[in-house]
Amino acid sequence: MENTSELTEIVTQASRQSPTREALRHLWRHSSGKAGIIILGLLILIAIFAPVIAPYDPTQLLKTEIRRDTPCIHLLGCPAEREQHLFGIDGNSRDLFSRVIFGSRLSLQVGVTTMAFAIVIGTLIGAVSAYAGGWLDNILMRTMDVLMAFPSLLLAIAIVSILGTGLINALLAIGIVSIPRFARLVRSTVLTVKDLEFVQASRAMGASGMHILFKRILPNAVTPLIVQGTLGIATAILDAAALSFLGLGAEPPRPEWGLMLGEEKNSIFSAPHLVIFPGIAIMFTVLGFNLLGDGLRDILDPRLTRAGK
Amino acid sequence: MLQFIARRLLLLLPVMLGVVLVTFLIVRLIPGDPCITMLGERATPAKCEAFLERYGLNDNLGVQFIRYLENLVKGDFGDSIRFTRPVTTLIAERLPLTMELTLLAMIFSTTVGVLLGVISALKRNTIIDTLTMIIANIGVSMPVFWLGLLLAYFFALTLKGTPFVLPPSGRFSAGLSPVDLAEFWNLENLTGMKAFLVELMSNTVLVNALITGDWALFWDSFRHLILPAVAVGTIPMSIIARMTRSSLLEVVGLDYIRAARAKGMTESRVIRKHAMRNALIPIVTIIGIETGSLLSGAVLTETVFNLPGFGTGLVSAILARDYPVVQGFTLVIATIFVLVNLIVDISYAYLDPRIRLE
Repeated sequence: MENTSELTEIVTQASRQSPTREALRHLWRHSSGKAGIIILGLLILIAIFAPVIAPYDPTQLLKTEIRRDTPCIHLLGCPAEREQHLFGIDGNSRDLFSRVIFGSRLSLQVGVTTMAFAIVIGTLIGAVSAYAGGWLDNILMRTMDVLMAFPSLLLAIAIVSILGTGLINALLAIGIVSIPRFARLVRSTVLTVKDLEFVQASRAMGASGMHILFKRILPNAVTPLIVQGTLGIATAILDAAALSFLGLGAEPPRPEWGLMLGEEKNSIFSAPHLVIFPGIAIMFTVLGFNLLGDGLRDILDPRLTRAGK
Repeated sequence: MLQFIARRLLLLLPVMLGVVLVTFLIVRLIPGDPCITMLGERATPAKCEAFLERYGLNDNLGVQFIRYLENLVKGDFGDSIRFTRPVTTLIAERLPLTMELTLLAMIFSTTVGVLLGVISALKRNTIIDTLTMIIANIGVSMPVFWLGLLLAYFFALTLKGTPFVLPPSGRFSAGLSPVDLAEFWNLENLTGMKAFLVELMSNTVLVNALITGDWALFWDSFRHLILPAVAVGTIPMSIIARMTRSSLLEVVGLDYIRAARAKGMTESRVIRKHAMRNALIPIVTIIGIETGSLLSGAVLTETVFNLPGFGTGLVSAILARDYPVVQGFTLVIATIFVLVNLIVDISYAYLDPRIRLE
């Protein structure tokens, strides 16, 4: 009798945990997953409260300050009568700290929007390809092969050369470049799943093609998409920063980290602080997504633990 | 094995055709009037007409594509609009530097990456392991151009006056100049492919210096390439280190390794002769994949170190809307990438006989 009640206790406890919460709990126990969550959580807070944290407007020109002035921090002995500038003043006499803080918004938006775009289009292409088969599958997959025959950043550069420079075009280019990865992933998932019994059962019960695809087949691709998407955000942020650094992405005076580095790359010997801070910002953001992606891969996809622990 | 290579080469054809199509479309997809985009707002209608005629932009797309293919086969990549010189000449001038840089970066990332990975795996769960993996995680997350700037600052400014100082920009010091190999070998009236190859070799400063025996130039040029190569190689190095570690750890737990140990084999022999051989397969794949990141990294790093390579050439061509150069350069980089992946596939099949037989 006692045993049965113990058993029901365990069963109810188990059923109370939703899969998402269960995954989050595992993620929190995973060392890189935890580090990723902390870094990204902090970053999201900074992005949300940017106007509160930043003492100045990111594009405001501070006429009274010396251009490329070194950081002035009161706690570290900067005279109290001077205005405090934690990261110093940039080449256009703007407060660098405010610019770096506001840059977090742009960077997160860039990563999430490009990946959302790539995942949606990639999923559509992959699903259609696997579902339709035949010549359509061939054409779509050969196109993906060709896109993958270019180093991704260079293809993005080539696409920007067609669309013209600018932040939106750069994002579009990075999004397009990331499509093949997701298309292939979804295609292979759909191919392995589409003839399994539970799909056949659904078909036998008279479910429509759309219902089968979206409700029965595609949910199987969600886990790998989350993992690849998270790691993809890291790459997208790096690539977007690179395009802006080269002068092909965000235009001044936008507070974009890559652009800040590009604008001040020649001051590295005279004003290194202008290069160091935006770079650290990029590094931590990318590190956050990489760690989270590694953690997610380890806990969600036991088959792929190879590159992790 | 030969059959495998032949099959892989055949599979390459459609991909290369697609790559050519993409580069062909770069010019045709520009929104707006191609003449105004390329010649600028002040182009007169007569000039425009001549331009469209010269580049054959008036014909239908099919005809244009066939002609583009024909020209490529003949080795004609068109002329640069800015410099009114053949694109092939620009390629011969700028490609060698990028190749030297990529190759040095590849050597750096592979040797250091594999070494770090092996150390990490052998010292599993010690402080050395943790430290190496932290370095690898940070290495993957750093923007190449930022690392380049930091390296330049540290090695050119902080270490100034020590023997470890390294030059932060340029390809070699002022006062040095590589000899033209065509002159060195007394070759006259070279044309076509031969001229291109000799020119290419001439501009490969490290090779040139070796051929002419100019050791001062070799050493100087090598020192100029160290910082860019380390910057370019850091991301692949980190990825290779992680891959080596996990790949080796997976193999080390297998029965045949235990058997080798049980035979009384020395630990280093077990690792070198038994474990590493099998662990190499995924590592080779990752090296192939990382070539793309090496080429992209080279493009970015050249900008940081003021190197007159392919990347700086490509970016300035895009900003100046010099489309024939953009097309030619993109095509060359994609071809190199495709070929490297072919080589990786072949070495993969060489390392793992199961793949050959599939």
